[in-house]
Amino acid sequence: MSFLQVQDVSKAFRGVRAVEGVSFEVARHTITALIGPNGAGKTTLFNLIAGALPPDRGKIALGDRAIGGLPAHDVCAAGVGRTFQLVKPFAGMSVLDNAIVGALRGERTVAGARARAVAVLGMLGLTGKASLLASRLTLADRRRLEVARALATRPSLLLLDEMMAGLRPTEIDELLAVLRAVQREEGLTILLTEHVMRAVMALAQQIVVLHHGQVIARGLPAEIVRDPAVLDCYLGAGEAEGGSPAESPVRSQQGQDD
Amino acid sequence: MSESGAAPELAGVPVARRGLGGDRRRRLIMLAVVAVASLGLPLLGTNYLLTAATLALYLAYVGQAWNVMMGFAGQLSLGHSLYVGLGAYLAAGIFVHAGVGPWASVWLAAVACGAVGAFVGLLAFRLRIAGVQLSLLTIAFAELARIGFDHIDALGGPGGLFLPVADRNHLDLLAFRGPPALYYYGMLALAAGALALCALLLRSRAGYYWRAIREDEAAAEAVGINTFRWKMFAVVLSSAMTGVAGTFFAFYNNSLFPEQIFGFERSVEILVGPVVGGLGTLFGPIVGAVTLVVLGDGTTELLTRAGIDLPGVRQGIHGVLLLLVTIYLPDGIWPPLARALGFEARRI
Repeated sequence: MSFLQVQDVSKAFRGVRAVEGVSFEVARHTITALIGPNGAGKTTLFNLIAGALPPDRGKIALGDRAIGGLPAHDVCAAGVGRTFQLVKPFAGMSVLDNAIVGALRGERTVAGARARAVAVLGMLGLTGKASLLASRLTLADRRRLEVARALATRPSLLLLDEMMAGLRPTEIDELLAVLRAVQREEGLTILLTEHVMRAVMALAQQIVVLHHGQVIARGLPAEIVRDPAVLDCYLGAGEAEGGSPAESPVRSQQGQDD
Repeated sequence: MSESGAAPELAGVPVARRGLGGDRRRRLIMLAVVAVASLGLPLLGTNYLLTAATLALYLAYVGQAWNVMMGFAGQLSLGHSLYVGLGAYLAAGIFVHAGVGPWASVWLAAVACGAVGAFVGLLAFRLRIAGVQLSLLTIAFAELARIGFDHIDALGGPGGLFLPVADRNHLDLLAFRGPPALYYYGMLALAAGALALCALLLRSRAGYYWRAIREDEAAAEAVGINTFRWKMFAVVLSSAMTGVAGTFFAFYNNSLFPEQIFGFERSVEILVGPVVGGLGTLFGPIVGAVTLVVLGDGTTELLTRAGIDLPGVRQGIHGVLLLLVTIYLPDGIWPPLARALGFEARRI
């Protein structure tokens, strides 16, 4: 049933172990959130899955296809769409053209890509801004455009990197609704990193917790928020007493910190 | 920084509009007027006018070629004189030594320059040389050629390579020798062809992909674009097109010197037009070239006629123009000019 498989993946930068022996799986048509404190290795892991960086070791597979170490454009062709934490719109191009560039991945003609782009902009509520230059969009709309552009490539797995950072509560609620609708309509599998816990709890069916580049917990959202290891490293020490580790079904892989 | 629901604030900002019916018709009428004027120019013109117009078309053409690489795909070359020189020497060498005219050698020049462009691109993109370093690399190759061609005796070395003097009143189409109007129409055909090719490319996958790479390469990779391949396409096309201009230059100018043709000034001359006219726009290189020739060479001519000899006044005017445009029209002359003429210029 697992769609994305990450097995024992590691990445070091000049001796600093950013991601160390990470393994987890994401089931098809589900939403998984990857959480952890700043510097836990979430974005590095994203870049490894998306092909922006090659892993030093380990296996990444989408369905039965190995994608670990492929260049980013091949990973995209294999069905992985991504957004960037620091948004990267094609600033000098119109919103529509941004989406068309994405849509050309799966379409043979520019006309076909334009039709797909128009449809995707509709899903993201950007139809009225299609002719604007991307550089003129607000941050919230740029985030939507990131999703639209990724979605236009017809991914089966969508990677969303910190979509909610810097957004207002109302903007977060709107984007949450849009993401839920998009996931349903497109039959997507989503892996997201997020600091806004409200968004994580609202979307995720599974949570994977990273700390110092290692998975320290994974499970259902309701369980993760009670997991003592998580509370200890992530939500702040001292609150861990409330949890009951013996009853927790979370498979907790205590980090062998060095 | 971020504001939601900012629609009212967006009123009056530049938008990228497309496909308006009236816009398209105005565009076609403008094009038709320019085409008729261009075709009829030799009928009313003096030789001086024809020479200036040929130069403008030459600059428009090489500017268009350079714009493919920098304006569309965002890869800055400061060494495009390399391809002008190679194309020129190749065609001139074949003509001088084998007597074969440019109709055959121009293809060879395009292929050879495309191949050299591919080598430079391969080296740069595989070694992840970009931005300023890429520009320096392109200068280095042009300088290498400049020094190297000084040592090729068969091509005249530093003393220059001269094409046999032709009778300017006798039209020899096969050898591309004849009156000024021949070169004018030859250059007009090249410039129009380059314009049509670029218009076509911009509407195709290549245009979308190049612009995406220019705006953000990581994001382009993430939406499935093999950025290496498409950058290579831009570099090879740009250098091949420039090589064709070199062949024309050889037969127009009749004398080639490594110091001149591979010189850095020639590379700069190529890029001033598109930058002044509007980087990355379809008509920018043309508008820029005409502006440069009218102001630069026109002023020089007026001064000469008034008996004033000011060496370097042309380059000086180019410099001042570049300065003014950079400060007051950062998008170039064409976008605001197009708006003034009543249609929206997309920065493509």
